[in-house]
Parts: sequence; C-alpha cells; structure tokens
Amino acid sequence: MSEATIDPRSLRAPPRRPLRLSWSDERVRGIFWQILVVGIVGSIVWWLWSNTVHNLEVRRIATGFGFLNREAGLPIAESVIDYSPADTYLRALVVGLLNTLKVSVVGIILATILGTLMGIARLSRNWLLSKLAGIYIEAIRDLPLLLQLLLWYAILQGLPGPRQALNPAPGVFLSNRGLKLPWIEWQAAHGWALLALILGIIGTLAWRRVAIARRMQDGQPRRVWPVALGLIVALPLAVWYALGAPWVVDWPALRGFNFRGGANMSPEYFALLLGLVLYTAGFIAEIVRAGILAVPHGQWEAAQALGLRPKMVLKLIVLPQALRVIIPPMTSQYLNITKNSSLAVAIGYQDIVSIANTTLNQTGQAIEGIAIIMLVYLTISLSISLFMNWYNARIALVER
Amino acid sequence: MQPFGLLFARALGVATLGLALALPLALPVAAQAQQAPASGTSEAIRSRGTLICGVTTGLAGFAQPDSQGVWRGFDVEYCRAVAAAIFGDASKVRYVPTTAQSRFTALQSGEVDLLARNTTWTLSRDTSLGFDFAATNFYDGQGFMVKTSLGLKSAKELDGATICVQPGTTTEQNLTDWARSNRVRFTPVVIERLEEVVGAYIAGRCDAYTTDISGLASTRSAQPRPAEHTILPDVISKEPLAPLVRQGDARFADVVRWVHFLLLSAEEFGITQANVGQMANDPRPEVQRMLGRNGELGQMLGLDNAWAVNVLKATGNYGEIFQRHLAPLGIQRGQNALWNAGGLQYSPPFR
Ligand SMILES: N[C@@H](CCC(=O)N[C@@H](CS)C(=O)NCC(=O)O)C(=O)O
Repeated sequence: MSEATIDPRSLRAPPRRPLRLSWSDERVRGIFWQILVVGIVGSIVWWLWSNTVHNLEVRRIATGFGFLNREAGLPIAESVIDYSPADTYLRALVVGLLNTLKVSVVGIILATILGTLMGIARLSRNWLLSKLAGIYIEAIRDLPLLLQLLLWYAILQGLPGPRQALNPAPGVFLSNRGLKLPWIEWQAAHGWALLALILGIIGTLAWRRVAIARRMQDGQPRRVWPVALGLIVALPLAVWYALGAPWVVDWPALRGFNFRGGANMSPEYFALLLGLVLYTAGFIAEIVRAGILAVPHGQWEAAQALGLRPKMVLKLIVLPQALRVIIPPMTSQYLNITKNSSLAVAIGYQDIVSIANTTLNQTGQAIEGIAIIMLVYLTISLSISLFMNWYNARIALVER
Repeated sequence: MQPFGLLFARALGVATLGLALALPLALPVAAQAQQAPASGTSEAIRSRGTLICGVTTGLAGFAQPDSQGVWRGFDVEYCRAVAAAIFGDASKVRYVPTTAQSRFTALQSGEVDLLARNTTWTLSRDTSLGFDFAATNFYDGQGFMVKTSLGLKSAKELDGATICVQPGTTTEQNLTDWARSNRVRFTPVVIERLEEVVGAYIAGRCDAYTTDISGLASTRSAQPRPAEHTILPDVISKEPLAPLVRQGDARFADVVRWVHFLLLSAEEFGITQANVGQMANDPRPEVQRMLGRNGELGQMLGLDNAWAVNVLKATGNYGEIFQRHLAPLGIQRGQNALWNAGGLQYSPPFR
C-alpha cells in the first residue's frame, strides 16, 4: 500500500513470450478455461432469467419498474423530506432511504465516540472503570441485537402517555410518543447561517494545515483559535444577523391527543439508534483496545521519557499508530451498523426495507422490490468502504 | 462477525423471501406452468399428499394453534374442508403462518397452495399480483378500536391521533384515503408483526388500532379485560375477505370456490355435521346431487363423488363453522347471514 514498502524486484517486468496457439501454452489453456467458466455461468444466468420471465408471464404477475410512478398511499410516520400518501412509490422509497441514512450516519458517529471511550476505559488503570467497561463490552456483545432493540422499544413504550409526560426542563417532554424539544422555526436565514458555519469549519481546518506547514518550516507556532473564533462563531452569527436575525422558538404544547410543535424524536427511531449504538460500540471498543495494545510498549516508555504527559502520549504517539490497526475492522463495523439498521422493520421504524417490503407487497413485484433493497445496501456499503479505504491510505504510515 | 447472523436472521429474511420467490419462478415448472393451465396445483397437492395452507400468524377465531398445537379457526376450517374434498381426510393439511406482509410472496412462489387468511379481494391483487380469489367467505369492513377511557364516539374525533396499523394491508391504504377525505391528521405507527402492533396499541404508543372489524373483535376478545377497549361504529371500507390461489389454475380455484358454496348450500338445506349421514336419503333432488347420490358433480370438479359428504363430516356447514369460531368473539352474522335471512351469502345452484 505505502510506496516505500514495495519490493523493487517486483517492479521488473517478467520476460515476454510470444503467444503460441497451442494446448501446451499455459496462457492459451488459461484463456480457454476462463471462457468456458464465463460461458457456463452466463448460460445458467440466462436460463434462470428466461425461465423467471416466462413463469411471471404465465402467472400474470406484473413486471418492470412502472409502479414507481404510481401513487403509493402509504402512511409514513417520519420523513426528512416532505411526504404525503398521495406521492409516488419512488418518493416513498426515497423517504425510506433517507430514514436509513439518518439512523446509520448518526449511529456511526455516536458508536465511534462511545466505542472509543469504552475501549480506552477498559485499558484504564482505574480498576472500577476498566471492570465496568469490561462488563458492558462483554454483555452487550453477547445478546442478539434484535432482542436488545425489542427491549429498548418496550422500555420506551412503558413511558407515561402524553398527558402525564415527564417534563424535565421547560418545553422538554418525554412520553411514549417520543421526546419533544423546543425548536426554532426554520427560516432561510438559518439555512444560510448553517452554510456559513460549514464553510467556517472547512476554512479553519484549511488554516490549521497552513499553520502546521509553516511551523514545520520556521518553527514558529501560529495560533489557530482566533481564526476559528472568527470563522466558526462570528461568521455564521454575522450572516444570521445580516438577514434580520429571525428567532422564533416553537414550543411543543399538548393539544388533543398529542404534542404539537417543536422537534420530535420518535420512540421507534430512538430505540433503533440506542440499540445500534450500544451494540456496535461494544465491538468498536474491542477494536480500539486491540489497536492501542498493538502499539509496542516501548513507544509509551519512549514518549514518557521525552516528558510527554499521558494524555499527550495517547494523542500524539499511540493513537496515530493504533489507527492503522483500527481502521480496517472499523470499516466492517460501519457496514454492520448500516446493514443492521434494517432490523428497523421489527420495531416500526420505516427504513428502506420496511417501505420496499410494503411496496412489493402492494404491487406484488417482489423481484423488483428486492433488487431495489439490494442496490441501496450495495451502494451505501461500497461508499463506506471506498471512503474508509481512502482514509486508511491517507493515514498509512509512510516509512522513510 | 456476529452481526451477520442477525442480519441474515431478520433483515435478509426479506432477501430469502425474494429468493424463495425468484428460485421457484426461475426453475422450469414441470407440473404447473408449462402444461395447459388445467390442474397443476391439484396434481401437485395430490402427489404430495398434503394441502399447504397459508394462514395468519395467530388471530383468535380465524387461525390460531390451540394448547395442543392444533390449528383452529374459521380460516383453518376452509383449509380442512378443501383437504377433505381432495383427500377425503381433513387432517392432510400443513399450515404455514404468514404475516400480512409475507402472505403474497408465499403464494406467488408456491410455498403455499392456498391462502385462507382474511385477505381482501381487490382488483390489483386479482390481476397484477397474479391471484384468483375463490369466493367471499366473510364480508367485513375496516374499523377503529380505542381505549374506552378516551370516551370517543366516532372515528372523526381522531384528528391528531397516533394510529397503529399493520403494513402490507388494504388497511393502511384505506386509512390514508379516509384521513385525506375527512381531513383527519394522524401519525401512523407501522409494525409488521401482529403481536407487536397490538402490543404497541395496548402499551399506549397509539391512541387507536385499525384493521378489519373482525380482526378488531378477535383482538379485543383476547385481551384480559375486553371492556377496556371499544370498537368505534365507523366502517370506513368494504373488506370482502376471500380465500385465494395462484392464477393459471382454474381447476383448483373451482374446487375452493365450490367448497365454499357447498358450505353455504348445506346450511341452506339444513345439512349439518351431525345429520349428513341421514341426509343422503333426503328426497330433495338438489340435496341428492350435492351429496353425490345422484349425478356426477364431484367428478366434474375432478374430485371423488363423496367429496361433499367428506367436507361436511369434517367441518359442518357455514353456519356451524361461524357459530363455532366467530360467535364466541361476539361477531354477529350480519352481512354474512344467508341470502334468505337478509345477508349476502348466496350459493349458485348445485346442478
Ligand atoms: N383484510 C386486510 C387486512 C388483513 C390482515 O392482515 N389483517 C391483520 C389484522 S386482523 C391480520 O390478520 N394479521 C395477522 C397476522 O399478521 O398474522 C387485507 O387483506 O389487507
């Protein structure tokens, strides 16, 4: 992977031989067998395919993706984009996809944070802390995830109804309808301020790189925080202020059966997220622990001998080296979160599997429905893998 | 990787479902599709020696295993009646529990021969899903169940409510249609498994639970204190529930259809499980034809001429089946009374 470790001998091309059209030539034989295998697999696929088409026709089962443009009529509880039952199946499926991404992305971030903390805690010299982390990690990994999800969901359903909702802070309500929070009424100005915030973060990171590069040249430390303050705090505030500083808080209030207004986190989403995060964090903790233990003890001692404090040793010496061990297995945990999120159907969170299932039930087009599900998971998984491989290559140790 | 086990267990159960559908469809169907679509399924059932019947995962009164694990209920009687018609033995049935979501793939793929599972007859299911509905054996409609303590009088008062519903049903589509035309806003909670969707309603996650009124009555009667739940008077849809088979096998569909008509006619002519033996001597010509004393109606269906006697000995007539399984849930005959008693159940003549 890293260039410096390539054996120079492997760069020498093998001597070329002219291709002889004879059975005794290894390459000719190779090509023959390959064509044969591809041919056999191809004809099996073709045979299965043509039979499927024939049988669907005989049984008069509809085929094709025309149903995507038909009105879905499905009720969907939560959606990132606008959705009504009068929309098409295509839009319903997009809503499902976004719901899958919503739980996967947040799940990946939270599981990484929790897992890393747990992994480090398990190595802690504090006996109690390390034992507690150990118990958590062992217990959570041993129980089937589906069971855990059903348990969390049952617990959340056991909360009081909306009329007796817990009210731990003004405007915050916790009931079996979910968690309600006050929220600002979203206006265009907020969108622009958010954009400014993202640009500010990117700008700050860029400045940090420049500062480090210059320091490498002249040894002068350059401060990053004033720039960060300006770009991350002042800039978005200025944008928001310039656009009239809109600020209307939308307080949730009990009206009729349920709360209206404010932001809402449904019990289904909450249970799924909680289950996925707690479960996967158990695995990530072990990966992090293994990564840290993989760094030879001499590195700790050497760093301490240089006078670095334990936190600094971890941050500057150990973690960067541990990451190389951590990233590849971490990738498969991220893939697992995404794929396990399809357990959502069991607890009524409407992810892509749930909506595709209903679609295929109502249109009867199971093959198309399954194809859509597979395509979605393949795309998400490949994207995660590509990103993680890129990151892995970036942090790979460059030996000099 | 542990999570993989789980993944396959549940989520990719979906993919298995797909494969279950894709594979049988992909293989050339020796007995079924390639011959003239005469009696593929009946042949397959006969050579297998059992009827495979798709039922619910457990809905009291319709299909539920009892304490000995024997399936019982209104829908189960139809499976038994068809088996009795084909084999002369009502016990030659294998029951496959299906959820609302999984039932159609199970039938399309050939995993089951017959779905006897409170399924509503609709145009798209009859055509593009590739099914044939035999006959409406229960006229139903969709309703709502709420906690009695809410004191509601009508479903229109449900504006703003959270409503539990099973996916893959006409129920969920009717619900959105009804809400749209009545300007009722609602939050759905959509859960696939029956116990869990009912559990969510009982736990108070939802203000109301909606499904076929017969299903509501069944669920209500299964609660420790049924009086705590009220079924609202609104009926928002027509749900003609009917057993169904794969399209392309008219012969088998005929058998299922005429088994239902037999149950109706037997009630009409007063033939019961107890008296079917004596009734063979009944002088009325239609009774004689029906019970195979006269003519060859059984052979015309591709069955033994004793089919009717076998069926009625095993299950009794429609009224008896209703009385045995649905009356205890508090379900009235209503629209399901015979045509000559003010209902809609009507059999064409046995001739
Ligand atoms: N008649 C409706 C609904 C049928 C249905 O699935 N009803 C539910 C609730 S009564 C049921 O039987 N569930 C049983 C199960 O999932 O096992 C339809 O055909 O779509």
